[in-house]
Amino acid sequence: MFDFSAYIDLPLIWFGLISTAIFLYVVLDGFDLGVGILFPFAPSDTCRDRMMKSIAPFWDGNETWLVLGGGGLFAAFPLAYAVIMPALYVPVIIMLLGLVFRGVAFEFRFKASGKSRILWDYAFHFGSLAAAFMQGMFLGAFVQGISVEGRSFSGGAFDWLTAFSTMTGLALVCGYILMGATWLIMKTDGETQLWARKCAGYITVFVALFMGLVSLCMPFLNENVKALWFSLPNFFYLLPMPLLSIVFVILLWHDIHAQKEIRPFFLSIGLFILNYIGLGISLWPWIVPFEITIWQAAAAPESQSLMLVGTVIMLPLVLAYTGYCYYVFRGKSSHETTY
Amino acid sequence: MTHLDPVLLARIQFAFTISFHIIFPAFTIGLASWLVVVEWRLLKTGNRIYEDIYRMWVKIFAVTFGMGVVSGVVMSYQFGTNWSVFADRVGNVIGPLLGFEVLTAFFLEASFLGIMLFGWNRVSPKMHFAATTIVAFGTLLSAFWILSANSWMQTPQGFRVGENGLLYPTNWIQIVFNPSFPYRFAHMTIAAYLTTAFVVGGIGAYYLWRKRHVKHARIMFGMAMLMAVFIAPLQPVIGDLHGLNTLEHQPAKVAAMEGLWETETGAALKLFGWPDQEEERTKYALEIPKLSSLILTHDLNGEVKGLKEWPKDERPPVAWVFWSFRVMVGIGILMVLTGIFAAVLFWRKKLFDTRWFQYWCMALTPSGFVAVLAGWFVTEIGRQPYVAYGVLRTTDSVSPVIGPQVALSLLAFIIVYTFVFGAGSYYILRLIQKGPGTREKDYGAHGQDKPPLFTDLAADQGGKSV
Repeated sequence: MFDFSAYIDLPLIWFGLISTAIFLYVVLDGFDLGVGILFPFAPSDTCRDRMMKSIAPFWDGNETWLVLGGGGLFAAFPLAYAVIMPALYVPVIIMLLGLVFRGVAFEFRFKASGKSRILWDYAFHFGSLAAAFMQGMFLGAFVQGISVEGRSFSGGAFDWLTAFSTMTGLALVCGYILMGATWLIMKTDGETQLWARKCAGYITVFVALFMGLVSLCMPFLNENVKALWFSLPNFFYLLPMPLLSIVFVILLWHDIHAQKEIRPFFLSIGLFILNYIGLGISLWPWIVPFEITIWQAAAAPESQSLMLVGTVIMLPLVLAYTGYCYYVFRGKSSHETTY
Repeated sequence: MTHLDPVLLARIQFAFTISFHIIFPAFTIGLASWLVVVEWRLLKTGNRIYEDIYRMWVKIFAVTFGMGVVSGVVMSYQFGTNWSVFADRVGNVIGPLLGFEVLTAFFLEASFLGIMLFGWNRVSPKMHFAATTIVAFGTLLSAFWILSANSWMQTPQGFRVGENGLLYPTNWIQIVFNPSFPYRFAHMTIAAYLTTAFVVGGIGAYYLWRKRHVKHARIMFGMAMLMAVFIAPLQPVIGDLHGLNTLEHQPAKVAAMEGLWETETGAALKLFGWPDQEEERTKYALEIPKLSSLILTHDLNGEVKGLKEWPKDERPPVAWVFWSFRVMVGIGILMVLTGIFAAVLFWRKKLFDTRWFQYWCMALTPSGFVAVLAGWFVTEIGRQPYVAYGVLRTTDSVSPVIGPQVALSLLAFIIVYTFVFGAGSYYILRLIQKGPGTREKDYGAHGQDKPPLFTDLAADQGGKSV
């Protein structure tokens, strides 16, 4: 039996890996959920065909990161998984059902005709919207803290439902729409692109607004978070993050109106990165906020060691062939059925 | 609502979602491998009939795979929502197996599926073939890990129990290759192949009967019958080995399968009957003397343990196990018979135009799904009352969530799954009704005058164009 815990801080490494997996999920499924939310508002059916075509080869791989997030949390921090899932029971189920609807819509839409096609258009929209909103609510509920007794969740069925979590839900929906719209700017042209630019312009305003609101609320939710951000010299060390966010928003606004095609998408990813890091810093080192740390929740060192060996081998491969698949479907997508 | 039993509800919810889920992988594992064969034949011969067949079935594959993915995502979260104590207690052991499934298999399948479905004009034919092969390999790898995890729960080993009640791994080789795993893996893989073969064969038979797409139908039907002739007879052999393994590690399950209450030497095989859990006997049993002992111990007078060897709270629900087992074995026998009929008809050169045999095969189209479900009922219900056999009871595994949440989510799953997967089945039936298209027509319809990729290839290789 091998055990690396004498040489390295396994829970720390696993915290890094799981955070990365969740972040990759947020970015990758984020843009295709965003496209889904925008779907029924597109100006024409041809537009909708193109929108769907632009994400059809990728959605399945993107969603796999969610399975890795859940499966990885289970494997590396079983206690956190066992506490968080019952705490978020209702929103998790709603998210999963939303994902069922939007997932099958990819296949069903092209096989349906007439009225039933419209049905799948809306299944795609509402499924994406529900999934995105619930994921935002996870974030809010998570940051507000989860009641724990012994090794179990001890709160009520609707602890997650608060004004703050509703706001983070809306914030994430806007964030995903921004990524979806900038993805469409990159992957389409003509009518669809023009429309996507308009959407991206509007939604940037909302994203900036929500980012400010959530950032302002965070320190007031918990004393630790407040102490972290508003004590000297921390304040100056952390100052670049909000400043950089402002720079990104301005650049984004400029690019969207300056006919740039590729940079807006990566700028919106940049915004997500900044927010994610800010969140990570605020919550460190809790994996169930303010109750359980990453070291308390860690799986046995033997389990984390074995998983680490597997991950070191597999993750680069996964990233490589995921990259290859994006490369195969590079360039603008068309609206024609190709299979 | 507060009187609802959360354990029972959580069990029903898991049974419902997993039963729905397993239908899709059982089909896609076989279908992916078959598509590899079809595409290989296409590249080898350049015969465009194979291309038509591939294109028809890859659409069905895509719909099925999509439904498998979304119902699978649900599964990966159920351990946490409904069975959090289980997740906490055995996470150290099971967690890495599921993690490896995602890392090695799910990403592989999901990524290359995109190329398989949409990559026709973007990658070379060889690369497309590679993508199909990789997807098929991914489905098998996925089965490997999930069946390893399931088998560990049936025959756990390679761990120790810590003072806090948590399980800690001591030997990964023993955990992954636990005693029941090789048998379960072989049994399930063959089951998936046969399920697909009988679907493809049934639909081929339907086209032959309707005299539609006859050239395509002969290939589908012929390939399916090859599976019925050569692979179907393997299943009883592997099933028997699997059963002997179960007898060694989970004898109570075998006793339930046999409906045997008293420990007997020279035990009779009960063909049919009604096991009564309360009265502790199997009523109205139709028996063949000594056969059970012969099958299980390979000795006419061997001893087989009866259910009364275990206290009442250690026995699985017998009737479910008993009847599911008979359904599975019954279908297995029909499949073997199909192989025999097909061989005889082929020898008489009447394989493709025997009416009654076409009806027979059409009737057996969904048989694989029923057998797979029945088989899983046997093994999953048969290991009750444990979730990890002998280690953790089902009643001790459930989340500290209250009944109404489980009840309402169960209701939501039933409504949504019925609607969504009902629609999926409808679209699959429509694809079958439409049948394999011929390339020229399809391309004309989309306003593309460019000849399809594989036609060029076939012409280059001097292959026959049909």
